[in-house]
Amino acid sequence: MTAALALVVGALINLTGPGHYIHWGFIQISVGNLVVIGLMVVTFIAAILIPYHRKGGQS
Amino acid sequence: MTTIDRNDVEAGIGLPEDADQWTAKIRGFLMRTLPPGRLIPDRQPSYMASWIYIFGALTMGALAMVILSGGILSLEGPTWWHTSSVGLFVNSLHLWSVELFFFFMVVHLWGKFFMAAWRGKRALTWMTGVITFLASIGAGLTGYLSQTNFDAQWISTQAKDGINAVGIGAYFNVLNFGQMLMWHIMILPLAVVAITVLHVLLVRARGIVPPIELEPADPATAVAGGEG
Repeated sequence: MTAALALVVGALINLTGPGHYIHWGFIQISVGNLVVIGLMVVTFIAAILIPYHRKGGQS
Repeated sequence: MTTIDRNDVEAGIGLPEDADQWTAKIRGFLMRTLPPGRLIPDRQPSYMASWIYIFGALTMGALAMVILSGGILSLEGPTWWHTSSVGLFVNSLHLWSVELFFFFMVVHLWGKFFMAAWRGKRALTWMTGVITFLASIGAGLTGYLSQTNFDAQWISTQAKDGINAVGIGAYFNVLNFGQMLMWHIMILPLAVVAITVLHVLLVRARGIVPPIELEPADPATAVAGGEG
């Protein structure tokens, strides 16, 4: 595999190596988990706010 | 002699003298609870037009991908998924479809929670969702334990203290690889898929929950009025 191809198909972020953690008092969470929770919140809010266009068929 | 009408048989209408048979009783129950028009409906209420409803379907799509990739992994085994490029790809496919499964399921859960989707005799629908979520967490844990790498060893030695503290370590031994693998590829997938099917059938049987503002102020009065 060429270096260019490896760059394209590889992860956008290098996930190899020790994880990064955030400490806040007794709360400890990995950056990866925090990012996923943030994405879920953003997706949830978007799902509520973005209008759903339908092509009839509903009663 | 009773004449048997083939059309009646195919329509599920039995003979009066067969009404006491268990087959007739089960068929009657299913026809009352889930008539074909409700099982596979052509139309849905207008309030279903929301992106929130997409996430339940996306969860099932991710689950199908989890089962498919997991099936391929079980056919080939650990030496394949650790060493070959195709094996690594399918292993990653299994991991990321699980990530998406939980992602979509949590968004679906939040949506249903804020809709109070257990209203209108839909408590069992809600609870089957809860049980699926819990079974999925178990499937996730046993999946991490079944990787056959140092990560799995580390997680198992960390998890054993928690499991022992709960008092079930003798029955659910996270250090027992064979037991964890069986839970992961047999018991928990069966539970997740079976309860998901039940969950969907309950949604079909009872319909999706109407918005709170469309619900009668006093359900008891509404029922009495409806009967009167």
